[in-house]
Amino acid sequence: MIQYLTNNADTIWLALQEHIVLALLPVLFGFVIAVPLGYLAVRYRWLYQPLINTFGVLYSIPSLALFVFLPVVLGTKVLSPVNIVVALTVYTVALLARTVADGLRSVDPVVVQAATAMGYRPLRRLTGVELPIALPVVLAGLRVATVSNISLVSVGALIGIGGLGQLFTRGFQLFYVEPILVGIILSVLLAGLADLAIVLVQRAVTPWTRAA
Amino acid sequence: MNFTYLLDPAHWEFGAAGGIPQLILSHLGYTVLALLIGAVIALPVGLYIGHTGRGSFLAINAGNAGRSLPTLGLLMLMVTLLGLGLLPVLIALTVLVVPPILTSAYAGMRSLDQRVIDAARGMGMRPWQVLTRVELPMALPVLFGGFRSAALQVVATATVAASVGLGGLGRLLIDGLAVNDYSRVLAGAIVVAVLAVLVDLFLASIQRWIVSPGLKGTS
Repeated sequence: MIQYLTNNADTIWLALQEHIVLALLPVLFGFVIAVPLGYLAVRYRWLYQPLINTFGVLYSIPSLALFVFLPVVLGTKVLSPVNIVVALTVYTVALLARTVADGLRSVDPVVVQAATAMGYRPLRRLTGVELPIALPVVLAGLRVATVSNISLVSVGALIGIGGLGQLFTRGFQLFYVEPILVGIILSVLLAGLADLAIVLVQRAVTPWTRAA
Repeated sequence: MNFTYLLDPAHWEFGAAGGIPQLILSHLGYTVLALLIGAVIALPVGLYIGHTGRGSFLAINAGNAGRSLPTLGLLMLMVTLLGLGLLPVLIALTVLVVPPILTSAYAGMRSLDQRVIDAARGMGMRPWQVLTRVELPMALPVLFGGFRSAALQVVATATVAASVGLGGLGRLLIDGLAVNDYSRVLAGAIVVAVLAVLVDLFLASIQRWIVSPGLKGTS
């Protein structure tokens, strides 16, 4: 194991970097897309159920299928990392739009009315009052999305780009346990670190939740 | 978009090796087995932790820990260690379903109104009766939610079994990709997504059937 690590440090490091980019970029994109979508689903009530159902179906498409199928839709090359990023963004949006909507819905209407009465315009009220109150719920969803993205990236190795997943396929082809183990351990560690980071951010930006 | 593979009747011939019906059956086979084994492991543990409150830390964090384990890596590790067969697939998929079932069993038991349990005890129910007649039925909606999301995940993830040479609907994806036959890949993606929706609808109807009518107003 140690020998494998020292001999292949460069490959592993590259795979890890690729893994981080492929997993976290979609979280960023997904978050930016999901917040307005979630807001719309709350603002226009009739949108909520169809939106949730659509995302439910999107979420049930296997990642492998999405990875290989997106090139056909987007016209990208099969080996382009764009496919992985877009596919994971779809999953992130599917997951987060719902949590954003549920989080915004959980805001006490009395608070919203108070903010309106104080002269908050809709946009300022959203960013200054509603979103911060919904933040614990939204960040809980973000944790799930981030962790599952990190574990899903490796499936991309089946089509040739998958960060640490390439260690899995290599180990599998050579019938060699070390790369697979290293890949799993690094992937789990990465997920744990990302999860911890979000928890710390949440503690820092929502001090009022600790008072309760 | 090219639907020729999906719509070709030859690929739907029943019992034909590699035909879509046979792939669906093996896919469902992996799914059902993994869910059953996972439930047998996770339910008692989750209910026990929820009932006693001991080990809550484990139940809460099991969910995230389980999600962070890459199923593909686990599957390939198991195949490398144990050789090809049903066992490595079942281990990898079971590891996937245990956390959501465990967490939801725990959450379901925790969500109960303590007064109802006290009332049941006050009526003279024995601990076992309290568990089976009061706590379990009332925890069922939450528990079933976890079970359904576990089922959804397995149906989608069981496709990776094909990457180590086994069956299931992943065959359409892997083989289609290998020979650049996108209509086959598309067929695989559609069939898996439809299967996932059907499995969820099926479980939803079971849920409606077994959840006590007294609970439906609140759940």
